[in-house]
Amino acid sequence: MAESNLTGRVVGIDLGTTNSLVAYMQGDAPVVIPGVDGSNLVPSVVALDPVAADGGRPTVTVGNGARKALIETPELVIYSVKRLMGRGLEEIHDELKLFPFRLAEDEDGEQGNVVPRIKLGEMRFTPPEISAYILRQLKRNAERFFGAPVTQAVITVPAYFNDAQRQATKDAGRMAGLEVLRLVNEPTAAALAYGLDRAKEGTIAVYDFGGGTFDISILKLRDGIFEVQSTNGDTHLGGDDIDNLLLTIALDEIHAEHGVDLRGHASAVQALRKAAMDAKISLSTEDAARFDIELPNGDRYQREIPRAVFEVLIEPVLERTAGPCKQALTDAGITPEQVDEVVLVGGSTRIPAVRQLVDDLFHLAARGKKPHIELNPDEVVALGAAVQADILAGASKTTEEMLLLDVTPLSLGIEALGGTVARIIQRNSTIPASATEHFTTGVEGQTNVAIHVVQGERELAADCRSLARFDLKGIPPMSAGLPRIEVKFLIDADGILKVTAREQRSGQAAKIEVKPTYGLTDEQVESMILDSFDHAEEDFAARLLIEARNEAETILTLVERAPENPAWNQLTDDEQAAIAAARDRLVAVKGGTDQSAIREATLALDRTTQRFAELMMDAAVTTAIRGKTMDAADEDLGEAINAPHPMAQAEFK
Amino acid sequence: MLKVLDSAVPIACWSCSIGHNDSTLFCPHCSKIQPPPGGDYFSVFGLTPQLNLDLPALEAEFHRLSRKVHPDRFARAGENEREWSLADTALLNDAYRTLKEPIYRTEYLLKLVGEEIGEEHSGKDRKGQKDPSRVPADLLEEVFELNMQLEEMRMGRKMGENDPALQADLEQAKTKFEGLLAAVDQDLRTEWQTWDAGGDDARLSAQKTMVGLLDRRRYLSNLVRDVTETLGA
Repeated sequence: MAESNLTGRVVGIDLGTTNSLVAYMQGDAPVVIPGVDGSNLVPSVVALDPVAADGGRPTVTVGNGARKALIETPELVIYSVKRLMGRGLEEIHDELKLFPFRLAEDEDGEQGNVVPRIKLGEMRFTPPEISAYILRQLKRNAERFFGAPVTQAVITVPAYFNDAQRQATKDAGRMAGLEVLRLVNEPTAAALAYGLDRAKEGTIAVYDFGGGTFDISILKLRDGIFEVQSTNGDTHLGGDDIDNLLLTIALDEIHAEHGVDLRGHASAVQALRKAAMDAKISLSTEDAARFDIELPNGDRYQREIPRAVFEVLIEPVLERTAGPCKQALTDAGITPEQVDEVVLVGGSTRIPAVRQLVDDLFHLAARGKKPHIELNPDEVVALGAAVQADILAGASKTTEEMLLLDVTPLSLGIEALGGTVARIIQRNSTIPASATEHFTTGVEGQTNVAIHVVQGERELAADCRSLARFDLKGIPPMSAGLPRIEVKFLIDADGILKVTAREQRSGQAAKIEVKPTYGLTDEQVESMILDSFDHAEEDFAARLLIEARNEAETILTLVERAPENPAWNQLTDDEQAAIAAARDRLVAVKGGTDQSAIREATLALDRTTQRFAELMMDAAVTTAIRGKTMDAADEDLGEAINAPHPMAQAEFK
Repeated sequence: MLKVLDSAVPIACWSCSIGHNDSTLFCPHCSKIQPPPGGDYFSVFGLTPQLNLDLPALEAEFHRLSRKVHPDRFARAGENEREWSLADTALLNDAYRTLKEPIYRTEYLLKLVGEEIGEEHSGKDRKGQKDPSRVPADLLEEVFELNMQLEEMRMGRKMGENDPALQADLEQAKTKFEGLLAAVDQDLRTEWQTWDAGGDDARLSAQKTMVGLLDRRRYLSNLVRDVTETLGA
């Protein structure tokens, strides 16, 4: 990684299952940075552009644009990739039943190191590569906003993510050209966002029920120190599971009532999934939701779902969050009554039945308390990540007294004789945490010792998550049992394990290779870096120039076609002349290399066309959207998506 | 998992070159972070080995040191300082985790002074120690009876039966053993006072007593856990 950058901004990123966001600290408050389309949320959807068959780097679309492609070219689109991060092939089988992930046959998998690859068209991508595309989009959004390169970030992960899942997230950051200064647990980040304006003391529980993951964390706040007491969760439990329930019912009913099996029909399933999500969302405020979908054979599938039915249906999913909450309370050594405040995070906490469950678990209503929902549950994690980014940048008064002390969610152990686990770092230990173990040889002259590190709470190594197998090599040949090898296990502040070893009798440092059971090697990550020269200033300037020219092209094309529109004739001669003058100015500077001149000319042309845009809107739609410029109006009509947006304007010098 | 105690040879600060005592996380002269010191967990907090600790003061000191040494404070520092911050914070956290918990603290101190501790408390979390030789002599009869009842209860559960009388017996036994556990903790506290008061002979005798109490405690807590699990199943 490049030299630490002392001046650049550090952004906070929430890399979510459903949506991703980037935020930064603006003065003493964190704010979300909107994307090109003005939206704060970037859907975590990546689409391979259909034209990329030239053998070069594939081009991709990320976010809302990719979501559109989901219906048209589902075979070129992937979403919810977070569910695959850091997982082995055999672990993701269950996901495949419900998600249209197309895995490449494992033809080039090396033994013991199998990272699944997803097929998009003819291309194959590892989950970290897909995440890297999302991260790169967020990085670009931030760069566009600041008008300067962004190379350092804090990225959030579910608290219950294991070592492999964390490492995969860090790898994704590196591929996207971001130095990941810290991985922060999502519920802890939310607590930071809430704790900023209230110098409170007390115990808070963060209940984070998102699109694909569930976390519960109990924290103690004291003198600006956020000390996590315990954490628990389920990395495969979220709003997706609720969508899948509704989807399964719809598929079954359609099969039974209309004799159509849509399961193999990717775009129909996508359309149905979209309808299921919409139904779920509306049931948070309405008493009933309706499915009304046209089937490929022309029939209509119509179905009403009353909220009461919905609540019975999802109860088993919600109930799965109760166990982790109780365990977290036990591990923190407290009763529900000792929790002073509960913070709700994640879109799924909008469901009234979820709020009721939280109320029951923490005895809130009985104590005259309400959960905290003041901050937008979709944004709070990103806001907290921005706070942590500010802490790490170390340059602000607002956060200089704040410090986050997090824990490792899972116990770390080594496989002992008989396949049992010897625990060396207990779960909920404050990180960084370390443990030192001593090993010896069992055979005369043995020069290698194999060590199997696992993560989890089960008694048998086979039931825990295999983290790494490694050999202590280069042990000087001695009698059996004589070498004394000291191995130091250290879980760093990101929750990732580091191992070092030393042979004590000879003083020789044993050579060890920690080979992750699942995960990419350094060389593999290196080869997957998206833009190798993304750091370079000149390259950044070149990209801004290309973007500025593209935006200029877009508006010039629109102005070119303007006289064909009836609205054009409603403009006065002066207005038409002003537009022509602004157009000529833009054409004149467009070929130059001064990107800010191009941007200014683009904006000027955009302004002169404002009235034309209004007229065109009036003509085109009865419910005219007023006050928009031509570009924005055009965007609303559903054409160009890379037009400049007033909310996303960069600062230009 | 005891650190080897190096003798207190002054070490020169990497930054200002002035020598300092090796048990400090920061140079007393230029305040720069130092590589992890070689001292014991107590010395991380500037304490001598002792069993009665002022926990609120320990927590305050933990927070004060965390603020200075945590990797969050060194995110943009040089490679070495980042490395030391990580190692120092791991040491600080390990030390705090061990010292704040009375049993871990007792076990740690006993190992520090060279006593052999039965089984690592933080080590493998094996189910019930069935080795009869380890049953404290005064409990032999009751433990034998309890194990029979536990077995009976588990069998009954498997068949879907629930014997209220047996349940009540087990509840009663649980209360009794919990009481014994509390008594052991009380006895341990008494030994803490003796050890902290000092005197080589008194300390040595307190150490032996504590090793025995810890064995008994381990046995009792496994037993209580087994009963709780069986009742809660």
